Amino acid sequence: MNFFPDPRWSEALSHLPDYLGNHVRVSVTALVLGLAVSLPLAILSRHRPVLRGALLGLASIVQTVPGLALLALFYPLLLALAALSLSWFGVGFSAFGFLPAVLALALYSMLPVLRNTITGLLGVDAQILEAAQGVGMTPRQSLFSVELPLALPVMMAGIRTAAVWVIGTATLSTPIGQTSLGNYIFAGLQTQNWVFVLFGCFAAAALALAVDQLLALIESGVRYRSRLRTALGGIGILALVAATLVPAMARSSSNYTVGAKTFAEQYVLSSLIAQRLRAAGLSATSREGLGSNVIFDALASNDIDVYVDYSGTLWANQFHHSDILPREELLRELKTILTKQNITLFGELGFENAYALVMPRKRAAELGIRSIADLAARAPALSIAGDYEFFSRPEWAGIQKAYGLAFRTQRQMQPDFMYAAVASGEVDVIAGYTSDGLIAKYDLVVLEDPKHAIPPYDAIVLLAPKRAEDERLKAALRPLLGRIDIAAMREANLRAAGNDAASSPDAVARWLWEKVGK
Amino acid sequence: MPPAPLIAYKQVTKTFDGGRVVAVADVSLEVAEGEFLAIVGGSGSGKTTLLRLANRLIETDGGTITVEGEDVGRADPIRLRRRIGYVFQSGALFPHMSVAENVGVTPKLLGWPAAEISARVDELLDLVRLDRAAYRDRLPHELSGGQRQRVGVARALTAKPRIVLMDEPFGALDPLTRDALGDDYRELHRKLGLTTVMITHDMTEAILLADRIAVMHGGKLLAQGTPRELAASGDVYVGELLRTPRRQAERLSDALPRDGAA
Repeated sequence: MNFFPDPRWSEALSHLPDYLGNHVRVSVTALVLGLAVSLPLAILSRHRPVLRGALLGLASIVQTVPGLALLALFYPLLLALAALSLSWFGVGFSAFGFLPAVLALALYSMLPVLRNTITGLLGVDAQILEAAQGVGMTPRQSLFSVELPLALPVMMAGIRTAAVWVIGTATLSTPIGQTSLGNYIFAGLQTQNWVFVLFGCFAAAALALAVDQLLALIESGVRYRSRLRTALGGIGILALVAATLVPAMARSSSNYTVGAKTFAEQYVLSSLIAQRLRAAGLSATSREGLGSNVIFDALASNDIDVYVDYSGTLWANQFHHSDILPREELLRELKTILTKQNITLFGELGFENAYALVMPRKRAAELGIRSIADLAARAPALSIAGDYEFFSRPEWAGIQKAYGLAFRTQRQMQPDFMYAAVASGEVDVIAGYTSDGLIAKYDLVVLEDPKHAIPPYDAIVLLAPKRAEDERLKAALRPLLGRIDIAAMREANLRAAGNDAASSPDAVARWLWEKVGK
Repeated sequence: MPPAPLIAYKQVTKTFDGGRVVAVADVSLEVAEGEFLAIVGGSGSGKTTLLRLANRLIETDGGTITVEGEDVGRADPIRLRRRIGYVFQSGALFPHMSVAENVGVTPKLLGWPAAEISARVDELLDLVRLDRAAYRDRLPHELSGGQRQRVGVARALTAKPRIVLMDEPFGALDPLTRDALGDDYRELHRKLGLTTVMITHDMTEAILLADRIAVMHGGKLLAQGTPRELAASGDVYVGELLRTPRRQAERLSDALPRDGAA
């Protein structure tokens, strides 16, 4: 009997060594770094109330920053530092993935360690401290053979809390390019693959529990002087760390890294590109779930080799242009700008994934709405929903200005839930994507844009500076250019949104190649 | 001329809180080798401060203290403390260390070889009358109050000090245990030729154990001498302190016939 009747379980399992290994590697490194910084700081500040207050205050502020934001903030910071280091010392480093994740998570681990270490040390009985002095201990001997052993239970409670937090928060390092168990969760949420989401959550929880119990074992070993327990706990942690070296060795064999942002279409396209590269005899891996603020910089600094972006997105968000050019002109301009950064705009895939205002076909007909201009008159009584970035994007400001749009309410939603929300009448209008397969599935209609307020969003293939002259890569990608039309992409996206085995990005990418590749 | 004192306070002053609180005011006091001196006083009299100045748990503000002829202000405080035994109130044993580790702590700091420490620990446990086999590996919380304080005394003596300072060592114990421990210590003091300074608020205990008594009050040394010499002192406070043991002695001799069977 097969325990996993759904093949997605076995697919999830096949990623486990890579995802789990990377997750452990980044969490353990961050925790070790966090401890290496927090423990001396706590010891140094225990008799200095001002320093102690400042440290604890700072650590508390860090804690209030949401994990995702903290991780995302470290990327541009490190990027700037890397540029500085390159120009000053001639040595650059990768600001992508491991390093920002480790630094942000280490910072995140500091509060419980600092607070519990200080509390534990200050909680040692004054009489005992005096006795340590009285029997002739130096301050250092008193610290190591009396204060720290007595503070140990409280300190370990802090370390265990930090470990659980770091392991949990490490799932959020996927968008800044660090592979983790978060890859399951981000990919699962984007492609409606609940098997992946559950798998990722359970794996992260199991890892957190395991590490917590191993630390508890070490603690009880130290407290009750059981070498066996201490050794078992230590061996357990070492085994976890050793396991992380497996993916590190496996990864080094791959030459090309294909980036993907955090939505289903990107997962499918990166799978497709990786498949094409492999078919051409090149080794390729996908780095999925990257934040849209991270992915371009990652390409520019050669951390990834190739990815698909959209002309309007780059134009408005990356290069901060508010004017809207016709399609061809915009692509030409973009090409010039990108060339200056040594990035190759290799070509268009053939479809557009533009923002569009979308309504149910029936309701649009009832209200007599065909274009955004028609919508403007009705908007004050209607509600609109968009993804997390839409309402802060310049395109939205452009649409509002062009048509004088003002809605009764506007809401932010997970993109996958928007279409169902508008279909069920939860909201009246959504800012959807033209290539989304759900438009057809829910019988929605894309409102016309007679004033051309929405810029064109051609899907374009970008190559990293170091791949500018890479003819083998170009040859492998050339068959894709101009071949994927909007109908094919919509159907692919609809398949990817399905909830079955054929909906994995790899499977959909194979289907898409079957369809367009001949 | 009498032999040089082993501990000598000369016009010693100590204030806290930037001079607002005077804990010890212009105290001069000598302790001869082999002597058992008790410092008696109420809380806030400065007696504990006076004791701690001797091994520099507290630094003096004025005057000098010499220990074995050496000015403690110029001595290395760590080495000074390692050669003076110190018994704390209610033991103050290290709760995470076994009895043997507690007793052996100072020799270990001094870098004695492990075998020598182990032998010395056994010797000390015998001296303070604790069964080594039964108590060596116990943790302090597994001991009674009296046993803890026996370990505290043993810890103070392991590194073979000539001087022992005791801070209300038997204050928290029940009367029977207190009596037994006091007697046992007095015997150790004699046998090992120690010089002991003990703090207590209990004049009866001081009279029973000490050769000489120093009375502290409000940071000042009011009187010092043998119990007999104190009894002859005209000081009102000293007289007050002596009244209790005197009355106790009278009542006891009334209540218990001197040569009756107990």
